[in-house]
Amino acid sequence: MKRAILLLAVLLVASGALEPWPASAQAPPSARDSAPIDLTGYWVSYVTENWRYRMVTPAKGEYRRIPASPAALPLINAWDPAADEKAGLQCRSFGAAAIMNVPGRLHITWQDANTLRIDTDAGTQTRRFQFAAANPAAPKREGAKAGAKAVPASWQGESSARWERASGTEGGSSLRVVTSNLRAGYLRKNGVPYSERATVTEHFDLAPLPDGGQLLLVNIVVDDPVYLNAPYVTSPHFKKEPDGSKWDPTPCSSTW
Amino acid sequence: MGSHAMLIHLVALVRRSLGEGGRRAALGLLMVLLGASRASAQFDFTGSWGPIGTEDVQNDSLPVDYLGLALTDEGRARALAYDESQKSMIDRQCQGWGAAYVVLGPFGLRVSTQTDPATNRVVSYTIDSWEDWNGLTIWMDGRPRPSQYALHTQEGFTTGRWENGALAAHTTHLKVGGFIRKTGVPLSDQATIDWRFYRHDDVVTVLMIATDPLYLVEPEIVSKSFRLSPRPLDYRTPCVPGYEGREPGDDVPHFAPDQNPFADEFIKFYSLPREAVLGYRETLYPEYRKKIRATYVPPPPCKEACGQAGNFVRRREN
Repeated sequence: MKRAILLLAVLLVASGALEPWPASAQAPPSARDSAPIDLTGYWVSYVTENWRYRMVTPAKGEYRRIPASPAALPLINAWDPAADEKAGLQCRSFGAAAIMNVPGRLHITWQDANTLRIDTDAGTQTRRFQFAAANPAAPKREGAKAGAKAVPASWQGESSARWERASGTEGGSSLRVVTSNLRAGYLRKNGVPYSERATVTEHFDLAPLPDGGQLLLVNIVVDDPVYLNAPYVTSPHFKKEPDGSKWDPTPCSSTW
Repeated sequence: MGSHAMLIHLVALVRRSLGEGGRRAALGLLMVLLGASRASAQFDFTGSWGPIGTEDVQNDSLPVDYLGLALTDEGRARALAYDESQKSMIDRQCQGWGAAYVVLGPFGLRVSTQTDPATNRVVSYTIDSWEDWNGLTIWMDGRPRPSQYALHTQEGFTTGRWENGALAAHTTHLKVGGFIRKTGVPLSDQATIDWRFYRHDDVVTVLMIATDPLYLVEPEIVSKSFRLSPRPLDYRTPCVPGYEGREPGDDVPHFAPDQNPFADEFIKFYSLPREAVLGYRETLYPEYRKKIRATYVPPPPCKEACGQAGNFVRRREN
């Protein structure tokens, strides 16, 4: 393998393929073209963890295992799903900090060469992961900068993405996504809040299943200086499905 | 033609033959090859990793709680026959939990590396034991798996390799009488466990995929995250057996599966559907959530222990 790489590198140097890209040349490989793993397709939640917090609506006032700050407690105890519904806020528990834990299906596609798109049938939400231009000289950006909001906050916020190696250098076998510019929402259906200052850092990894299938593992870290005392970490997983025959879009609900 | 002249000739030939499209294709191929060559990339796994504890992997450890599991009828019956008083028997107090407890238990990971002194290659990683867990050794030296008739233990036999930036491992030779949950859900000696250890920043996430042809309809999949600890962790407290109300020679405590007195406790405590608590496969998929939507009655507002984090056990009031 090393010989093959060396030979190819020599040929590429000789051919000029590794010379700096001239302004008039075509753009370097896009995020889609350089993807080290294929996340596209249909995926279904496999709910073996946090079942009681995900598959049913927990009791009002319960926030176990969430490091809620004192500022969050009055909101937790004041949760009123009917008021949320009336105010048109029924998608509060379907925001980016919670949506991957909502049981349902994901449809992952490339919206364009540098935008990975995730649609969820639960809550009918759409997330867009924007990769920076693949030009190495382009400035790196993670999440929306405070004070630099170009678009209003939303349930799914703004997500910047990059391929990442486990060693932490560029490229590799994992997708890292950082999301901010969020509307305030709920980490759980029963009103445990996160604020508009929350950021969500996610890593998407693949693993083989013993039956030959594929598992998508999403490691999620929610940081919120307002309503969390510590990062809230979860890692839901999804099984790959052959097609979208079980895709069943349902609207947001404040109670279920 | 000398070698230098030959190289110039080769360069010219490549430039003519590749063109822009060819050069891009070659660059793509190089990236693929580089990716393949770095597929064995490793992260530093040694050290202490503290439990984060924000995920609920085995609920409250109340008896008869099989939420999130897909059990066979036999697995369910054996689980219902379990009486946790078994752990009070003096010969079982220090038996410890099986390999799966690394993600089910409350503790962190203390990982050490053993290397070959001659080659400096990693021979194994060891996740140190806890008071009630036997630890896990992951052999990295390519040694063959023992015969299927070799000794089966709580720890099992585990081999590993680096795969696409993650540590992948496979465990066999698990002992009869192991558990996939502290509430008595069994794992047989035919069970196997596939592991993936991922590191992102200062967080290691351990993915466990347990397969058991006897007791599980579908694999039990659990992932748990740990954060790099600035201080060394050490849970190696010796287990000291003592009298806990069971005399040597007493019968092994158990229930008839259909007469388990705790069968309804967890169901009532959280107003949960029976088939979910008893570990039926369909309850793991989103369709089940839609199925119970019309009939589900939420529990009353939480009045106590509403926000505790970490591993703890709730008990009935006697």
